[in-house]
Amino acid sequence: MIEANDITVRFGTAEALRGINLTLSPGQRLGIVGESGSGKSMLGLSLMGMLPDAAGMSGQIRIDGTDMTGAKIASWRAIRARKVAMIFQEPLAALNPLRRVGNTVMEPLRQHLGHSKDAARARVLQLFEETGIQDPVAKFRQFPHELSGGQRQRVLISLALACNPKVLIADEPTTALDAHVALRITDLLVRLAEERGMALVFISHDLAAVARTAQDIAVMYGGEIVERGPVHAVLSSPHHPYTQGLLLARPALGAGHLRERLPVIPGTVPAMRDLAVGCRFSGRCAVELPHCATERPASRPVGAHHDAACHRIGAAT
Amino acid sequence: MRAHRAINLWLGAALVLPMIAIAAISLIWTPYDVTLLDVGNKFAPPSPSHWLGTDQLGRDVASLLMSASVNSLTVAFVAVGMGGSLGVMLGLLASAFGGWVETLVMRLADLGFAFPALLFAIMLATAFGPSLSNAILAIAFINIPVFARVARGAANQVWTRDFVLAGQAAGLGRARLTFDHILPNIAAPIIVQATIEFAVAILAEAALSYLGLGAQPPLPSWGRMLSEAQTLMYLAPELAIYPGLCIIIAVLGFGLLGDGLRDVTDPRLKQVRA
Repeated sequence: MIEANDITVRFGTAEALRGINLTLSPGQRLGIVGESGSGKSMLGLSLMGMLPDAAGMSGQIRIDGTDMTGAKIASWRAIRARKVAMIFQEPLAALNPLRRVGNTVMEPLRQHLGHSKDAARARVLQLFEETGIQDPVAKFRQFPHELSGGQRQRVLISLALACNPKVLIADEPTTALDAHVALRITDLLVRLAEERGMALVFISHDLAAVARTAQDIAVMYGGEIVERGPVHAVLSSPHHPYTQGLLLARPALGAGHLRERLPVIPGTVPAMRDLAVGCRFSGRCAVELPHCATERPASRPVGAHHDAACHRIGAAT
Repeated sequence: MRAHRAINLWLGAALVLPMIAIAAISLIWTPYDVTLLDVGNKFAPPSPSHWLGTDQLGRDVASLLMSASVNSLTVAFVAVGMGGSLGVMLGLLASAFGGWVETLVMRLADLGFAFPALLFAIMLATAFGPSLSNAILAIAFINIPVFARVARGAANQVWTRDFVLAGQAAGLGRARLTFDHILPNIAAPIIVQATIEFAVAILAEAALSYLGLGAQPPLPSWGRMLSEAQTLMYLAPELAIYPGLCIIIAVLGFGLLGDGLRDVTDPRLKQVRA
């Protein structure tokens, strides 16, 4: 569905993404985790051809057999909605406050598929039904502010699915929602991906949400994928020091843990232009080797379909 | 503080609405025919039969003022409408394409700003003869850069909002995004600007008519009534005061209305004042 090779995004001399490789097969659900500034949203946008004007991108992208390498806006527009679609973090902000939500969802149907007004309307109601919106006919005529957060996100999912895309990129779709609603949205995304054989890229900083949604997980740090593999493998035996730190920093439940201090990864993510040339994590890493800051570690297999990019791997410790 | 903000709005409305009502009434009824001369009864003082008296040709001043208000409002409406729509389109164009298109449009707007409306009207009058339509064209012309700037600024803000991103992600092109998502969301500042420009246009029309570049006789116009009364200032000062007052009320009314609308619609002002 998606084959991305050596994607690098630069803002001037700063690299927002460095050498990202990504493949997705139909129906595959990939979770991307990382903290703010790790480049995960940038990766989502680059797969939509929606990077800011100031960004320069290199690398190859193929989407559903179409080579999008260096594609112009017009060719991107032609595949958006029909091959790749995206949903966003803040469902209220992502809906035009002055349009009835039904009309918003109708737009791509009329534009891309040339549906008549009636056909588009019928399809929207069907989509609302499919995404679990109760009373679709009434909701069709409502404005975004009249809906609840979960309903708004369902409307946005309907909008994204309108033209039956092969890939759905969900950029932190549950961050703005409360935990209960978030669960139902992630379950909905999983169900839709399975039913439609649609690939899903689930971007989040919530490890639990990713574990629930995705089959595979890619951990990003400083614009790179530092570790990737099946969710279970990565979470149970993380190999990259960053992934290990990330997992340790999760609070544990239970009476015995109440007074424990959480271990944290020291420091904060450096600014884009201050990132080390070598391993992006050097400087914050507890097990750093002398050459880490200058030499870029290659991605090495550490298990079945499980890779990590760290100089420690395979090196004598 | 809310009441304070609303004062402009209500005061503006209180001045503007009766004026519009009077203009509307004059379309079907005025106390006297404005072209009816009654030289025997010139310079009559206010009386039950002539509320504001008669002018140097014995015409009923109240009727003239009423008819002239239609002229003022029409000119302002057509000119602001024409200049405004063109300006908004240019602003949206600049905002949608960015880059050199935006630079070009905005530099042209700067050029337009540098061009005095009066001068442009005199130029048109010299080239095509003085007429009301040339005055309208001139006023419309000065409105283009004003609206281009407002529309472009507001549109640039809307373009950064998430729902535009979502529209882009749904494969919508610039034109679709502009008309479905950008335009409705910049309507508020545009309407506010239009109201303020309405006041400016009324003043401009009066100025042009005063100079003889606007409404031509026998079409009544406040500006021309003012210039005709000028020579009679010592004889009948009230003939200059009435149209002058009308201009003041109209300009002040639309100005206050525009300010008031901006105060209640602009969230930034709300935050500062709340």
